Amino acid sequence: MIIAEKKPIEEIIREVEAYDRILVLGCNECVTVCEAGGKKEVEVLASVLRMNFMAQNREKTIDERTLERQCDHEYLEEIRDVIDQYDAVISLACGVGVQFAAEKYMTTPVLPGVNTVCLGANEDRGLWTERCQACGSCVLARTGGICPVSRCAKRVLNGPCGGSTNGKCEISKDTDCAWQLIIDRLKALGKMDDYEIVAPVKDWSTDRAGGPRTVTREDVKI
Amino acid sequence: MRLKIPTNFRIIRVPCTGKVDIIHILRAFEKGADGVYVVGCMEGDCHFNEGNFRARKRVEQAARVLEKIGVGKDRVRMYNLSSGEGPLFAQYSTEMVNRVKEMGPSPIRLARQQMAKKADAA
Amino acid sequence: MSDYVSDSRLERVLKAGHLGVTSECGPPRGSDPEEIKKKGLLIKDYVDAVNVTDNQTAMTRMSSLAACVHLKLLGIEPVLQMVTRDRNRVALQSDILGAASFDISNMLCLSGDHQSFGDCSQGQNVHDLDSMQLVQTVRYMRDEGKFLGGDDIKRPPRLFVGAAANPFADPFEIRVPRLAKKIACGAEFIQTQCIYNIDKFKEWMRRAADRGLTEQVFIMAGMTPMKSVGMAKYMKNKVPGMDVPDEIIQRLSGVEKKNQAEEGIKICVEHIQELKEVPGIAGFHIMAIEWEEKVPEIVEKSGLYPRPEV
Repeated sequence: MIIAEKKPIEEIIREVEAYDRILVLGCNECVTVCEAGGKKEVEVLASVLRMNFMAQNREKTIDERTLERQCDHEYLEEIRDVIDQYDAVISLACGVGVQFAAEKYMTTPVLPGVNTVCLGANEDRGLWTERCQACGSCVLARTGGICPVSRCAKRVLNGPCGGSTNGKCEISKDTDCAWQLIIDRLKALGKMDDYEIVAPVKDWSTDRAGGPRTVTREDVKI
Repeated sequence: MRLKIPTNFRIIRVPCTGKVDIIHILRAFEKGADGVYVVGCMEGDCHFNEGNFRARKRVEQAARVLEKIGVGKDRVRMYNLSSGEGPLFAQYSTEMVNRVKEMGPSPIRLARQQMAKKADAA
Repeated sequence: MSDYVSDSRLERVLKAGHLGVTSECGPPRGSDPEEIKKKGLLIKDYVDAVNVTDNQTAMTRMSSLAACVHLKLLGIEPVLQMVTRDRNRVALQSDILGAASFDISNMLCLSGDHQSFGDCSQGQNVHDLDSMQLVQTVRYMRDEGKFLGGDDIKRPPRLFVGAAANPFADPFEIRVPRLAKKIACGAEFIQTQCIYNIDKFKEWMRRAADRGLTEQVFIMAGMTPMKSVGMAKYMKNKVPGMDVPDEIIQRLSGVEKKNQAEEGIKICVEHIQELKEVPGIAGFHIMAIEWEEKVPEIVEKSGLYPRPEV
């Protein structure tokens, strides 16, 4: 899923200071699961904002709403009839949701309430870690199912680099060396011979480098 | 046991402090409470294993955010005691009430009073 | 001789069967070329070629290529170090041509330390290619006379291509397969990480020789003299992928502080003497970090002076 984390409250307050009628808009998908922008986080943020402005004797309307998804027209349409009641929307969705809402409601400022971090997994309670960088051309079949693009700090395709120590990355003792994980997995699979297959120069045109990416499916278009 | 406890707080009973969410604490302040304290079982004695640990985390979350918006982190606090310790409950309650009194009314309560006055005048 | 792939003196020395000697100079953190020239002249007659580092430890410095040109103009043979951290394939190929235009004849392909160690920790890293793919790229440009994109290169670069190897990084069991992979990519010479754990290094060499790798590539053993026991401890504990046995630290702590540098040189010379006898060793890469003036002494005491005429 998409992993996000809450923006510092001071930053959100600064962004919305100028507006009197604000809608805090959550999303029921990824950001709910990673506890950054679901219904609960909407309630907390709205309450904190109300108190903040109340304590300054400033009257503002701060409402709450959480949509099933903010990356789909269908659900974003649900706020069309109320959007004009607000001077600004704080979207707690990932960067996708914020933008999709902004594109739809051209005259209403839509501000981000979270920082979108990565595509990752919920590794443990309170711990979310990156697993994919959406490079657009998956190499996992050749790397024992462990991704060197997202999990190696140098995205080395023929690793490990010389900085790997005791299975950890040179950037931090808390970061696993992706290539150590790859080697461990290749060993477990009995495929260590594959280690010596050289990964050729990668085509990064399917990555960010190729410009905004799209998937077009004529077979499902109507 | 006839113990003297302050009368200016309201007890909200929950099945376990693990039920208390940050939003419950914040709502109390939003409605004008000057302080909130959560009283749970002794750490390690939770019937649901970690309910009181969760509560402590949420109290800490609330404290952090209340500090940032100028309400003050000391208006919220977690206490632990076992069910037989009535006198300790009384002691903690007195301690909390005195602490809040020292801090004075919450800025939210003052703002609400002012708003109410304005509404009356209008 | 047509067997040569470049005009590199280092290549000729190694192919003639002599033990090669290289050293290293770090470009300055400013635009004054005098410093690098001075360092170069200091060691000129004691080495076959001088590596010029490429923004090592991710600290911004004068470009490796520019510093190489300064050395080249003084008649010192440079080894252009190139990391894949800061440039994409356009810039890498372009700089390779730039180097070749000055008839720079050696290149060492590296991935580079992570930028978080340097003065631009908030910067992007590129890693469009990795170090092995850079080796492949230079070899392709030289041997096929083509750019990665497939177009012909007018006057292709003639470079003797090297790569680094760290016999001590983890996991140990892939250290030799990894060397094999670099050779398969086209590395012609290898300069290793600083060696202090002689036994572990010999074990690595033995395994490499068993696979016939020492016949396919010139392995130059990396040597860095310790200036003090403090440096030894720092290398042991703080530098990623470095293996400093306790004996070295004990030996240095065993002598008075003012004599530790001398002891460090002594250890270095002893290690070179010992490794000279190891089958498959093709030479030494002496990296005296900010201590270039000691390189002549080490080379002389190790019996590697004078350098052969080739």
